[in-house]
Amino acid sequence: MSIAKIWVVAEVVDGAPTTTSLELVSHARTLADSVETIVWGDGATAAGTLGEYGATTVHDVGDLGGALPGAPVAAAIAAAVGAGSGPDAVLLPATYDGRDIAGRLSVKLDRPVLTNVVGLSEADGGLVSQHAIFGGAEILTAKFTAEGPGIFVIRAKSFAAEPSGGAPAAVVAAPAPDTGASNAARIVARHVEERTGPKLDEAEVVVSGGRGLGEKDQYVLIEQLASLLHGAAGASRAIVDAGWVPYSHQVGQTGKTVKPTVYLACGISGATQHMVGMKNSKNIVAINKDQDAPIFQVADLGIVGDVHKVVPKLIEALQARG
Amino acid sequence: MNVVVCVKQIPDPAAPPALDAGTKNLVRDGKLILDDSDAYGVEMALQLADAAGGGEVTLVSMAPNGEVSGLRTALAMGAAKAILVSDPVLAGTDALGTAKVLAAAIKRAEPDLILAATESSDGYTGTTPVQIAELLGLPSVTFAKKVEVTGSSVKVERQTEAGYDEVECPLPAVVTVTAGVVEPRYPSFKGIMAAKSKPVENLTVADLGIDAGQVGAAGARQEITDVAPAEARASGEIVVDEGEGHLRVIEFLEQLKVI
Repeated sequence: MSIAKIWVVAEVVDGAPTTTSLELVSHARTLADSVETIVWGDGATAAGTLGEYGATTVHDVGDLGGALPGAPVAAAIAAAVGAGSGPDAVLLPATYDGRDIAGRLSVKLDRPVLTNVVGLSEADGGLVSQHAIFGGAEILTAKFTAEGPGIFVIRAKSFAAEPSGGAPAAVVAAPAPDTGASNAARIVARHVEERTGPKLDEAEVVVSGGRGLGEKDQYVLIEQLASLLHGAAGASRAIVDAGWVPYSHQVGQTGKTVKPTVYLACGISGATQHMVGMKNSKNIVAINKDQDAPIFQVADLGIVGDVHKVVPKLIEALQARG
Repeated sequence: MNVVVCVKQIPDPAAPPALDAGTKNLVRDGKLILDDSDAYGVEMALQLADAAGGGEVTLVSMAPNGEVSGLRTALAMGAAKAILVSDPVLAGTDALGTAKVLAAAIKRAEPDLILAATESSDGYTGTTPVQIAELLGLPSVTFAKKVEVTGSSVKVERQTEAGYDEVECPLPAVVTVTAGVVEPRYPSFKGIMAAKSKPVENLTVADLGIDAGQVGAAGARQEITDVAPAEARASGEIVVDEGEGHLRVIEFLEQLKVI
């Protein structure tokens, strides 16, 4: 391996690294001699788990005092690069905060960013990235052509999270230098939307609804079906934009990436934006009345029919089974 | 209150997209239209300027050619004027180069607030607005689902993985808005007529004092080495529902041992 050091920006929620963070750490292990992570908030509490997945060091930016992570975390990484102790590449999850950090880091280092990465491998001593374009129909390969650390923003579920059995990572303080006005935004309150059942991006079964449902009140069909299958309820961007369901339900380019055992798309036509978030599901069932809908091109089982007829019957049949 | 909205003119998404055989960049030489995602920022800007009791909404955009039809759409909605950086040297510019150009153009408008979409519908890199904020030394709040300006600060409901955060931020600031944050108005006939005579300032990269080496394909410092079809999924079974379609779904779920 000719890549010496990779840093992974690891997001930690309630003391545990997110699955995507562990996917990035796991994959980084296969590319570089050493893998280090950078965390903030209570992230240092995750040093044990991050070590178990292969990180040797946790750089801890510490408490952000309500600031958004973008400016301080980017500044901390740039400081390490400036001091000569920085990485050859920085991997970030394609999350809200991950993209903020990547954008600011890119300017601080005057380095380009490659986003929407779904694959990353080593070639000729450098890294090459794969990107799904045109709704996942084609895979584009790209690389950086100049010196300096590569910045890669990676989509969830691009790699498997596999523990290496490593020892807990060493925690090193990495306080952010003063970032002035660029760090002036403050979180004053947090709101968590209550959800029941499994999380959308972890569920074995995902049932999603789209514009074909016709109206907001019909989304209850999706929730009922999801609940009967012990799955999670998702949505296309169209009905999230229309205000039928909260954004946290959105599957797709700007929403969640899911890879369940079964994905049931109900009244979803299969716009590019949606397909990139669900195309890698192990099995796809689509119910749509338009037989030319693009969703049928990726469906293992396609039912050409009216969701208002098929889904209620499906619910009834499942209820009858008890 | 003066608001700048970053807008992008993109190839019509209804037409099949194509990559240039040589550079493998998206072909953008056909007709360009206003990115749908940007209509939300334009509407938000108009509403905020209105609520503040005055001020102008200025569009800032970049294109390799002098295309303005997308800008006219946003001007017809009610924006006062536009700054368009158009220059052949911009072909192949990446997100960072775009941010450098837009940041330099935005500076000239001296805005209190800069709005942008979370990402464009054609390239969806999604980093340009934050890069602009960093270049201008400004705070940023991304993924806004609600935006309110009070005095010299902006209050944003920002989407999170679990719900949303209330974020407060002093102005000037960069805010990116999601689709659905507001309902974009349709341009009125009067608006469309008025848009034809609204000022569009055309600037080159040199006008902004930016070195041509910072932009274009050379400035991007990245290259596309290959484009190949993704592994196709084997085509599945299609059943036309004649009242029994749900039974096939049940059978399928049983085979997978999901039920």
